[in-house]
Amino acid sequence: MNSGNPPGGVPAIELRGASKVFRTPSGEVHTAVRDLDLTVGRGEFVAVVGPTGCGKSTTLTLVSGLEEPTEGEVLIDGGPVEGIRPEVGFVFQQDAVFPWRTVLSNVAAGPRFRGVPKAEARARARDWLGRVGLAAFADRYPHQLSGGQRKRVALAQTFVNDPAILLMDEPFSALDVQTRALMSDELLELWGGSRGSRPGAQAASVVFVTHDLEEAIALADKVVVMTAGPATVKQVFPIGLPRPRKVESVRLEPQFVELYREIWACLGEEVRITRERGAARVA
Amino acid sequence: MSPEAVSAAVAVRGSKEGRTEARARAARQYRLLVLGARVLLLAVVLGAWEVLARTEVIDPFNFSMPSRIWDQIVQWTMHGTAQGSLGEQIWYTLQEALLGWVIGVAGGVVLGIVLGRVRFMADVLGPYIKVLNALPRIVLAPIFLIWFGLGPASKVASAVVLVFFPVFFNAFQGAREVDRNLVANARILGAGHRQVTLQVVVPSATSWIFTSLHVSFGFALIGAIVGEYLGASKGIGLLVSVSQTSFNPAGVYAAMAILAVVALLAEGLLTFAEKRLFRWKPGAPGDGR
Ligand SMILES: Nc1ncnc2c1ncn2[C@@H]1O[C@H](COP(=O)(O)OP(=O)(O)OP(=O)(O)O)[C@@H](O)[C@H]1O
Ligand SMILES: [Mg+2]
Repeated sequence: MNSGNPPGGVPAIELRGASKVFRTPSGEVHTAVRDLDLTVGRGEFVAVVGPTGCGKSTTLTLVSGLEEPTEGEVLIDGGPVEGIRPEVGFVFQQDAVFPWRTVLSNVAAGPRFRGVPKAEARARARDWLGRVGLAAFADRYPHQLSGGQRKRVALAQTFVNDPAILLMDEPFSALDVQTRALMSDELLELWGGSRGSRPGAQAASVVFVTHDLEEAIALADKVVVMTAGPATVKQVFPIGLPRPRKVESVRLEPQFVELYREIWACLGEEVRITRERGAARVA
Repeated sequence: MSPEAVSAAVAVRGSKEGRTEARARAARQYRLLVLGARVLLLAVVLGAWEVLARTEVIDPFNFSMPSRIWDQIVQWTMHGTAQGSLGEQIWYTLQEALLGWVIGVAGGVVLGIVLGRVRFMADVLGPYIKVLNALPRIVLAPIFLIWFGLGPASKVASAVVLVFFPVFFNAFQGAREVDRNLVANARILGAGHRQVTLQVVVPSATSWIFTSLHVSFGFALIGAIVGEYLGASKGIGLLVSVSQTSFNPAGVYAAMAILAVVALLAEGLLTFAEKRLFRWKPGAPGDGR
């Protein structure tokens, strides 16, 4: 099972006392992430839950190298993150497919940027389009797709680069319930299966942000609960459910229900704090 | 008929025949109606002009009249102008405008994108560009005449300075307003600074740039005409100035009418190119108009 590091091994991702302070246009400072410690082992699947606006997306941008922490350290494979690293894949919360490229060309974009010859990039893109169920839509433009289909393009776009570190920011929130279950299973399979596709390599290390607690428990090796903003880790719950898992059946197990109750009690408090703050600001 | 009225008519008829057909027919009728109203409006204005001039309510010499203008155009077409055939004059002006337009657009796009992407250059050059833009650039035309002489070069130069700025500002703005998510995504997917510029910034700035292309071709024509008006051996601007100095207002109006047709044709070509280029956009620009 993927329960973290071999003893003495270097974790895939490590945040040590990371903080991120934004300067708002009006000149105030806003702390989005405060003193955050988080470790993701090699091949580990970590789900992050927390109230809205607490700083989950910001945490991912720190790991991706798109933003630098104001304080503290972000390490990947034991080395500090300086800029964007090729082994990182990032599925953004917002729509970020290129509207002027066709679906196929969108998925082939990553390999093309990385210097893969056109024919090979397209072949790989086609393969991935098939896996996300969009083979028939290769020649469409993004505006001709539904929101869920666009999200799947984004997933294929990320996976085609075969990332060893996978950051996912609410990747399934735009999908309908059925597709979501399907994609979750697919994701687990890809994650488990990618061991085979790269000889000698491990499964990707995943940080998966979600609002859906069931999804978090069903997918992850551990669930990290964040506090109301500025985000810091409140509690980490190891998920001991056996693998391989099927998302639809695992949620019926008694252990799942118990975990759900426990984590929800922890998370619910932070959600309430966030909501009361929002109400106070309006008043 | 208002669009609401049209759809109401559709709803009534929809029960009997296919709804799609009814709607298509209503749309067709509406288009015909618009076209008819346009032609009617033109006829009324031209007719009123003609009648008022003939009955001497307005001075027929200063204001001329449509029939005289038409005669002038026919005469130029059949017998040529004092400077050579009419086609040659149009071609001359068009060449100057087109050359100036291409140079101005290329310069504006390249500099706009570069400044939009390279913060240092934008900070250094920004104020100077603002100052240059604040100048009434049309007064440069006589200076260009002194610098470049009576040939086409001085007209091209006037067209360039008129075209450059709107294109530049739009390209700059377009490069600045690129969706940050798209840039972040491209960088994560492996794009370097150059690839981001060429494959993300340029495509997202194209719709901004195209907006300015429409106006700027008009500006190129103005630049060429003003240059010719001030001094030239050929071109429509020269026709205007010759007609003016020989007390022939009909000639001035005729030259204007010819210009308008040329500008409309150019605009049509541009819209066509735009539609081809923006297939990726929902409802390509120009569809709704
Ligand atoms: N560029 C920025 N400038 C200023 N403030 C920012 C910026 N980006 C995020 N913030 C603020 O930081 C906080 C955390 O934002 P973040 O996007 O990380 O939240 P989140 O946990 O992902 O929320 P959600 O679950 O709603 O996506 C928010 O209060 C937000 O207003
Ligand atoms: Mg977020």
